[in-house]
Amino acid sequence: MTSHDVVVVGGGGAGLRAAIAIVQADPRLNVAIVSKVYPMRSHTVSAEGGAAAVIAADDSLDEHAYDTVSGSDWLCDQDAVEAFVAEAPGELLQLEHWGCPWSRMPDGEVAVRAFGGMKKMRTWFAADKTGFHLLHTLFQTSLQYEQITRYDEWYVTRLLVDENRVYGVVAIELATGRIQAVTGRAVVLCTGGCGRVFPFTTNGNIKTGDGMALAYRAGAPLKDMEFIQYHPTGLPFTGILITEAARAEGGWLLNKDGYRYLQDYDLGTPSPTPVLRSMELGPRDRVSQAFVHEQEKGRTVDTPYGPVVYLDLRHLGAKVIDTKLPFVRELCLQYERIDPVHELIPVRPVQHYMMGGVHTDIDGATGLPGLYAAGEVACVSINGANRLGSNSLPELLVFGRRAGIAAAEFAATGNTDPGPAVRAQAADERRRLERDLLARRDGRERIADIRTEMQHTMEGSAGIYRDAASLVKGADKLRELRERFGKATVEDASRTFNTELVAALELEFMLDVAETMVACALCRQESRGAHQRTDFRGRDDERFLTHSLVFLDRAGSPRVEYLPVTITRWPPAERVYGR
Amino acid sequence: MPDTITLQVARYRPDTDAAPTMQEYVVPLRQEWAVLDGLNYIKDQLDGTLSFRWSCRMGICGSCGMTVDGDPALTCGTFLADYAPGPVRVEPLANFPVIRDLVVGIDDFMRKLPKVKPWLVREDEPGVADVEFLQTPPQLDEYQQYSMCINCMLCYAACPVYAIEPDFLGPAAIALAQRYNLDSRDQGAHQRMDVLATAEGVWACTYVGECTSACPKGVDPAGAIQRYKLTAATRTLRSFLPRGER
Repeated sequence: MTSHDVVVVGGGGAGLRAAIAIVQADPRLNVAIVSKVYPMRSHTVSAEGGAAAVIAADDSLDEHAYDTVSGSDWLCDQDAVEAFVAEAPGELLQLEHWGCPWSRMPDGEVAVRAFGGMKKMRTWFAADKTGFHLLHTLFQTSLQYEQITRYDEWYVTRLLVDENRVYGVVAIELATGRIQAVTGRAVVLCTGGCGRVFPFTTNGNIKTGDGMALAYRAGAPLKDMEFIQYHPTGLPFTGILITEAARAEGGWLLNKDGYRYLQDYDLGTPSPTPVLRSMELGPRDRVSQAFVHEQEKGRTVDTPYGPVVYLDLRHLGAKVIDTKLPFVRELCLQYERIDPVHELIPVRPVQHYMMGGVHTDIDGATGLPGLYAAGEVACVSINGANRLGSNSLPELLVFGRRAGIAAAEFAATGNTDPGPAVRAQAADERRRLERDLLARRDGRERIADIRTEMQHTMEGSAGIYRDAASLVKGADKLRELRERFGKATVEDASRTFNTELVAALELEFMLDVAETMVACALCRQESRGAHQRTDFRGRDDERFLTHSLVFLDRAGSPRVEYLPVTITRWPPAERVYGR
Repeated sequence: MPDTITLQVARYRPDTDAAPTMQEYVVPLRQEWAVLDGLNYIKDQLDGTLSFRWSCRMGICGSCGMTVDGDPALTCGTFLADYAPGPVRVEPLANFPVIRDLVVGIDDFMRKLPKVKPWLVREDEPGVADVEFLQTPPQLDEYQQYSMCINCMLCYAACPVYAIEPDFLGPAAIALAQRYNLDSRDQGAHQRMDVLATAEGVWACTYVGECTSACPKGVDPAGAIQRYKLTAATRTLRSFLPRGER
């Protein structure tokens, strides 16, 4: 057992920002970063388009807040949004002072670009590798703090909880197979999203909802799990993201007839150059939903990897593409063998982001004392029913820092150390891993087969459009898969870097997360943002201007409750784009 | 194009194997499939005990570097069809200790990286809270390519010096030091000199240039090293001059 003042789980953008905030808030504290990958492998690295924060002279915090609130279909908490927009510029400037290579104007000031659902140009960018640069800047900056101890490639399997307080984690050191408790007076979950619950996702292999399931099992509720973002422009087969910045720079979405079809879906009228909050710069939920309607009308193009439409960048020319969108060109050339300077890019909607997550307050605190969460794993919520592109990077900075500071205060004051019950729990967990999983070689089914079935179940029951019948069927199937998981085999008995054991544990986490998604989606009998019920077409503010909170009940099933949305200055209204 | 291709994959489990062995697997050959897709097919359909790292499968997280038919490569960006009819050999990255199968230990790099202080050093003032340091596009161009390093370790696998001189800082660490040295906002170049201008730093490099050819992101570590040798030599010469003429 090793112990620290604060244990941060996850070494991506939120985790690194939290860790730095902790040691800056109180240099006497020592922090562990426990991550299943080296920090620079974390999925923040894949974010492309940019990070929103008000800096331009013609912009205002109120406008950023209104865009975020209307983008969320009024399901966000407006006090959280107000704090978010106010602190985002300071966070991006802090990244600048730490060396982030933001793209610049000719005079040397930071440049901003347009983004979907944003009425002003306020998205800072580092070409189209913003997440990569942000992550590496944070990682490299973190190296100078001796108070930060990293546990690279340690996989957390359980939170240690005693008398309703969190005292640390149990983790497997992958290189050796050693199972060990890492205790702390506070734990900050920064494990990111859960896109691998779906078959077609932009998310990396590591995005398996670990932190969400850890919190849920420990008794902390998850929030708004029915709100799953599909990004409109993924490459077929791989699901690789083509950034929204491609449309912000002037790209068009065309159906099989070469027609800019978004004009048929109340998103505005086409113009040759981009218009903010209009057409291709509409919000992701509406643009992805429009694709489904085009498909139903037979106006998409069939490929071996599903129906597609086209993203047309040809009119932008090589110079704009090479300076503003070099990664888009690189990805298209490598993975589709097409050159966007001369050819159309085939794209289709792809699961991209989880609006829901561990329920936290504005300081990242969950309901469980000692447990905090920030970044995609958390739901504060600033994203409500639909996140705007380029809000997630500033979110992980603003709330990573807030959660770090709150955890530091808790660790400095609430100074009880873990007792015998915590040690016993750690021993239990070691036995579970060794006896139940490492020794399971007589099963009949492969982990990978159950995972694949889960992914297709989720796409079929909880995709862009849902209804009660599909969701009930999905819930039944997930119960069956959970039973089958109990009898699945783990072929690999080695202690050394056992990726099959990790895959089994990840699948168990994903099954939990999938169940909460389906349960929340079934209970919400309305359509709002990214949650579209074909059997309940409209938004219903009377009944559902409220967050879903999902708890794990004693029988091991999800139980859904509701929590009012916080409204400060923007009463619910119609979402208007392009008119 | 044939329907299948054979992958010859290096296997090594330290708990049971005395030395690495090669194991053959037949996987579907499809136009779109990267070598990584072939490995995942093995893992999911044929043999769950094969271990390798991967995540983003879009060439940015740097996890999936391996040796493919003798060359260091990101397996997510290397395509099976280019090796048809096969077989294709997949081995762990060279010059690193093998932990298991295709997984290598990179602790050495992780220990060396902080030594070059790969963060922005400010000696006068830390920066005003509400104003950015100005940096023009040409100033950004000065260091931008060195900031593209994804730490995938292909350059270390390709480097003949690192192969025989494990104390060598290595291409990526030096390129990242230069990334900050050349950043107009940074004031830490002289602090990094103690580590860079040494026998284990740039002077170990014999300018073979394999690192630059191996880099999947267009970084030119060999160029960074050569450029720094000039800087270091000039500084050394200057140090012999009387104070007023430096």
